[in-house]
Amino acid sequence: MAEIRFTIDDKPCTAKAGQTIWEAARDNGVYIPVLCHYDGLKPVGACRICTVRVNGRLMAACTQPIGKDMIIENTAPDLEDMRRALIEMLFVEGNHMCPTCEKSGNCELQALAYRYGILAPRFPYLWPRREIEAAGPHLLLDHNRCIQCLRCVRAVKTKDDKLIFALLHRSGKVRIGLDPELGPRLTEETAQKAMDICPVGAILKKEVGFAVPIGKRKFDAAPIGSETAEKA
Amino acid sequence: MSKPVIATASLAGCFGCHMSVLDIDERILKLIELVDFNKSPINDIKTFTRPCDVGLIEGGCCNTENVEVLRSFRKNCKILVAVGECAVMGGLPAMRNGIPIKECLEEAYLHSVTVAPEDRLIPNDEDLPVILDRVYPLHEVVKIDHFLPGCPPSADIIWEALTALLEGRPLNISYDMLKYD
Repeated sequence: MAEIRFTIDDKPCTAKAGQTIWEAARDNGVYIPVLCHYDGLKPVGACRICTVRVNGRLMAACTQPIGKDMIIENTAPDLEDMRRALIEMLFVEGNHMCPTCEKSGNCELQALAYRYGILAPRFPYLWPRREIEAAGPHLLLDHNRCIQCLRCVRAVKTKDDKLIFALLHRSGKVRIGLDPELGPRLTEETAQKAMDICPVGAILKKEVGFAVPIGKRKFDAAPIGSETAEKA
Repeated sequence: MSKPVIATASLAGCFGCHMSVLDIDERILKLIELVDFNKSPINDIKTFTRPCDVGLIEGGCCNTENVEVLRSFRKNCKILVAVGECAVMGGLPAMRNGIPIKECLEEAYLHSVTVAPEDRLIPNDEDLPVILDRVYPLHEVVKIDHFLPGCPPSADIIWEALTALLEGRPLNISYDMLKYD
């Protein structure tokens, strides 16, 4: 198969046909931040954190296939500031109380905010009123923290490929929900998978809180994305 | 030349951030050499006696007294720093935001299981500050110059911020200093 040549921030790179920009960048040791995307899941382009500029146009790197001779900008100051703004918007539109959150230190939204050095958001807080839901024997859904990335919807399914999670309602009232029949029958293993795939603290497994001590959590030592650059 | 002057206050906070200031350990001796303290719960000076260079504020605004104190800090301090999650985003007290104030007061003073039946009364004395509709982060009330997140912010980030501000250089916040928890 012919190699596709392209550049990211002037760095010459090669990719295989069929890869997305994000996958191609990762294989070349270039980190493009993502939040809704998870390696192996079908990309949906929900959060737009991965926006890059391709030949002068803005595109979501997680959904856009790589093309021949693409000139990609990834770390231009205006792009980075837009990503920062998106992260800040996600913080103000939900209720993200990091000190009370079990996912703190392992949360990808928080890790991105750390990576971008966000000290306070530029937007006013919205303080929506959202509920916490005890969903079956193993799970807790904290709708205050959900960023509607759809990772749980895409990743957590039954053996015969039925959806367990889905989005309910519309627009500002949208929230994730468990299937009323399949949800309560979730195994402990699937519940753990749901918690792990959630980038924030919206899906929590019951009865094990704060298991990993401060200092040993996922993003305590190095910023999110460090491993992509190390591999190259 | 006189030393730079620091003032501090705790609004709707738990005093943990002040504890973190004291957590700079032996560097506090150096700090005392470098600066004078004015209005602060640490020395119990209640009102400003002179203009200050740096004001450190812990906690958000949950009542009218908090707003008053915050405005007096803005008036008397050249640089105002929001210290800790409560000051930056409202923090734990802001968990009541989004719940109507009537529901909050009724839950706390009428329906709570720990309220004795004869004590069921929502406080409403003219000497008490009036509670706000929600808890506000400091920068939604006055202009804030610097933010130090954390619950509490580490002694290291506080020390870095203080020394940077006193030396007039930009803050150099490293990855391990920046935490929201």
